[in-house]
Amino acid sequence: MKEKLIEAVLLGLALTAILSLFVITAFILQAGLPLLISYGPWRFLTGLTWAPTEGEFGILPMLVGSLWVTVGALLFGVPLGLAVAIFAAEYAPSWAAVAMRPAIQLLAGIPSVIYGFIGLKILVPLIRDNLGGPGLSVLAGSLVLAVMILPNVIAISEDAIRAVPQTYRDGALALGATHWQTIWRVVLPAARSGIVAAIVLSMGRAVGETMAVIMLVGNSLRLPISPLDPATTLTSNIGLEMGYASGAHRQALFATGIVLFVLIMALNSLASLFRRRPASA
Amino acid sequence: MDRPKFEIRDLSYYYGSNRALHRVSLEIPANAITVLFGPAGGGKTTLLRLLNRLNDLVPGTRLEGRILLDGKDIYSPDVDVPALRRRVGMVFALPLPLPMSILENVTYGPRLSGLKNSKRLLEIAEKALRGAALWDEVRDRLHEPALSLSGGQQQRLCLARVLALEPEVILLDEPTSGLDPISTAKVEESLKALKKNYTIVIVPHSVQQAARLADVAAFLLMGELVEYGPGPRLFTRPQDKRTEDYITGRFG
Repeated sequence: MKEKLIEAVLLGLALTAILSLFVITAFILQAGLPLLISYGPWRFLTGLTWAPTEGEFGILPMLVGSLWVTVGALLFGVPLGLAVAIFAAEYAPSWAAVAMRPAIQLLAGIPSVIYGFIGLKILVPLIRDNLGGPGLSVLAGSLVLAVMILPNVIAISEDAIRAVPQTYRDGALALGATHWQTIWRVVLPAARSGIVAAIVLSMGRAVGETMAVIMLVGNSLRLPISPLDPATTLTSNIGLEMGYASGAHRQALFATGIVLFVLIMALNSLASLFRRRPASA
Repeated sequence: MDRPKFEIRDLSYYYGSNRALHRVSLEIPANAITVLFGPAGGGKTTLLRLLNRLNDLVPGTRLEGRILLDGKDIYSPDVDVPALRRRVGMVFALPLPLPMSILENVTYGPRLSGLKNSKRLLEIAEKALRGAALWDEVRDRLHEPALSLSGGQQQRLCLARVLALEPEVILLDEPTSGLDPISTAKVEESLKALKKNYTIVIVPHSVQQAARLADVAAFLLMGELVEYGPGPRLFTRPQDKRTEDYITGRFG
């Protein structure tokens, strides 16, 4: 009897969590879809001008900004994170691997506004003085995002590397492969699906990050061409303008939210697709 | 007989605080089959893996004593470990072909060490596959995936892969545990033919196999070497009561 009660309560709570997903989805769609339809989805996605007061809602500069910042973050973050994961799983003595874990998890616990602040105080002047441009740029955003996605990249790819059966390593080593040859030619290919999942999930994180990006990318509505150009991303634009937007402007921001939502949903499904596939090697 | 290929002197080995081998001293003769047998957990596989330093990457282990290969300590700091492993090849319990063609599997080791000449690689492959008694079965399908072979063929492929390295010693850890009796017989025949040119150390998967193959047999129990000697003598007239109990099936 008591058992049944607990079961029912847990079921209720679980449903509430899932329900919130549906509520959010419905809410964003209801608030954003009308404008997306009346303005035209294609015009919305490919328009170069975002001028809410004139009724122009083209988000291409932000789409490109998000893309740039994300690709940049992956370019810096993935090799670094993968290197850490390989070191932790294959080379580090066990005490070092044990010590690294909480340190890396702590990295994930730092509030994004702090990342933004550090980037603003250190990275932005450094870029401005050494590479030119305003400093507030795609590059600054990418570098800070790279650090922010590190915990994700490291944790997931380290798990994937550790999950490769020891017999694979033995097989390669016994054929005279060096430790590095074993890692490069046997372990990493076998861990491939997990590593790809790590990258895709990090991509979702980078696309979705808002606060640090607002502080670093310069929030220019022009189409960014060079990594040193300032830019706006989908998220930073919503974050900056939602406070005072009304009417069609507000709807356009929600429509931006729909685009973001679809993008991240797609990335997450892609990641789980890769994760579910068993290691093949 | 010449000087032994391997001399194991007073070898103890620990996984953390757990002692896997205790003061084992043993000589492994060249051009013969040495069998390491005994109940599970006796340290056979550990001993085998120490002979080509495959346990180097296992964290928290400790080794005391010495292992000499042709009179040289394989654990001395100036040893080139990958080169050692090419001299001392190993075949595992589970055949583990790489997901590539039969030919690529056999030539994997030589290619790792930088050999690219495809004609030479083919020669090596043929010789290795003949040595593993697999050539006649696969000569027409070298480019098919290795995973399309039967279990017994896969295990002989793994043997061929080791032979392609032209090692001096071949270590085998229960190489026939997953095989049917006919495939097992084929692998055993290959081994008997190979001992002319190689030193073979095997952990067999049964006492019967141990008795069939052993030129020299060593009985390991709980990390200790109980006795060792010429196979025919050890299996007919064991000197230690524990060995006798084990081979007559009273325990283990």
